[in-house]
Amino acid sequence: MKNYERIFSDSRFQTDLWNTLYFTIFFIFGCLFLGIILAILVDSKVKGAGIFQNFFLFPMALAFVVTGTVWSWIFAPGILPENPEGINLLFNSIGLSGLEWKWYTSTDSFINFNFALIPVIIGAVWQMAGYTMAMYLAGLRGIPSTFTEAAMVDGASGWQIFWKIKFPILKPITFSAMIILAHISLKIFDLVYAMTGSGPNNVTDVPSIYMWETTFRANKYARGSAIAIIMLLLVAIFIVPYLVSSFKSNKRA
Amino acid sequence: MKKLLVFFSVILFATSFMFAAGQVEIFSWWTGGGEEEGLNALIELFNEWYPDVNVINATVAGGAGTNAKAVLKTRMLGGNPPDSFQVHAGEELTDTYVITGLMEPITDLLAEWGISDKFPEDILSICSYGGEVYSIPVNVHRGNVIFANNAILEEAGVDSIPLDWDGFFAALDKIKEAGYVPLALGDKNKWPATHLFEDVLASTLGPDGYKGLWDGSVSFDDPKVVEAVEIFGRLMDYVNEDHAAGTWQDATLMVQDGRAAMNVMGDWAEGYLKTLGWTPGVEFDWSVVPGNEGIFMVVSDTFGLPKGAPDAENAKKWLKLVSSVEGQDTFNPIKGSIPARVDADKSLYDVYLTWSMDDFATNALLPSIAHGSAAPEGFITALNDVINAYVTDRNVEKCVDGIIEAAEDNL
Repeated sequence: MKNYERIFSDSRFQTDLWNTLYFTIFFIFGCLFLGIILAILVDSKVKGAGIFQNFFLFPMALAFVVTGTVWSWIFAPGILPENPEGINLLFNSIGLSGLEWKWYTSTDSFINFNFALIPVIIGAVWQMAGYTMAMYLAGLRGIPSTFTEAAMVDGASGWQIFWKIKFPILKPITFSAMIILAHISLKIFDLVYAMTGSGPNNVTDVPSIYMWETTFRANKYARGSAIAIIMLLLVAIFIVPYLVSSFKSNKRA
Repeated sequence: MKKLLVFFSVILFATSFMFAAGQVEIFSWWTGGGEEEGLNALIELFNEWYPDVNVINATVAGGAGTNAKAVLKTRMLGGNPPDSFQVHAGEELTDTYVITGLMEPITDLLAEWGISDKFPEDILSICSYGGEVYSIPVNVHRGNVIFANNAILEEAGVDSIPLDWDGFFAALDKIKEAGYVPLALGDKNKWPATHLFEDVLASTLGPDGYKGLWDGSVSFDDPKVVEAVEIFGRLMDYVNEDHAAGTWQDATLMVQDGRAAMNVMGDWAEGYLKTLGWTPGVEFDWSVVPGNEGIFMVVSDTFGLPKGAPDAENAKKWLKLVSSVEGQDTFNPIKGSIPARVDADKSLYDVYLTWSMDDFATNALLPSIAHGSAAPEGFITALNDVINAYVTDRNVEKCVDGIIEAAEDNL
């Protein structure tokens, strides 16, 4: 119990929880949003859609460690303003030097949201959006064309067809995508560890990194397991209702 | 032809077992550039000395031994120790293995071989617990060194690296005016900042005060600790803005490619600069960290004798080899570190290492915090956190409180 008191009074763990909250929100909605747009584009039979479909899926085939390392090079800020690196160098050379920024070394924050998380979120969304797209694509392809044809006969616009017919049918897919993304985001370790570490003043720290350091670096097994239990509870909050609902619907079927 | 080769290699394999009077398993994490070659040279020498003993080279890859340490802990606790293993001198050895009763003392062996007085007293005391020596230092790295780009220093009008903080800050200002990053830092992995902090700490406390922190005679709320925190904070005004994006290699590289003037790092940075094509004393210069005159921050790899080693007799032969002048002079020039013995052959080492050896023989030797010698690993992790937060928020009071809390928790 003392261990729990200890970690909750720890400023690093509080930052971790805020980071996880914001990371999860932006990561899930970023992936869903991008995923559905890509799915619709691929599904609309644009020329070369098949090739792009594969491209969008490729990031998922890479390990988080690999993408983390690459993104850490892309978002390395360099020394502003004279010596930009990575994406800052790109902005600089195409005349967008106003967009140059400290990226993941930034220590500014807004209502406990550390801006340094933005590059990490971009990296994570890039990696998992293709996966979300694949899920949505499966859903879209599963919608019988009779539905959409009937709607078209009734004079529904493309937007209405999507919003009133396709989206409701895709709801269970949105739901399972959210669950899968949520548990990935709550226990994310390798991407953050390879990309930024804990960051200055723990701006990009997450509970799993803290847990790992406490347990295996500092030999404090009790406190490390306290953090792990809290992570388990967080994941359980998402997973248990999902399991319950899927169990129920199976019964009904 | 192929069959013949296979046949011969089988014969060779079989005879090597038949004639071997036994084997010895050596556990280490020396798999990186320079280290591996050094270890292989040692093993070769061992085979020359004891042709009838077969060396099993058990290495586990992974930077700074993070993976190896986990494997070793499991083996030691599971009653399956290697015959001898690499371990950093200090708390990493004593706190984890000696106090738990897993090591054999080797004081008598040193006396038997007549080499008890060939190592500096300070370093043997780091390897000892309760009056008994538990491991033999093989190599020594120095932690409190500044490496500087000579061309930038010249351009900024700094003749030499000042040895006092006032002069040092004046030099930093000059370099800043000349348009360079005065001090390179890469603290993505946190410890490089702690590494710099421990050098500042040694400068304000002096050797006796610094040692006093660990035996309890100096408290962590000492005004000199506060002073160190303040100086460290001032130094942070001169580091590169993107320090949180890089590693120690990145910081050293900044000095090498002319973006930054100076870098405080252990002398493995010297080896790195050499592999980048620089010659010590020509393109780069070095000095101790200001206020660190007469202080040598030790990071040392040692070998010990675990209890219940399956081939203890052969392990002793291995220890005899690594403790000999010949063994140390075989390993260290390749690895880029200095021998722990004071009577080694200096002609084998470069100018920097010779300088380091001279200081090693005369200076006060202090255990490093960031590299696991001075304090248990729990303290290091906590201190890394405190320093990491301080680099950003510069809250001296909070930092000092954090250090005191970490000390109460772990020491």
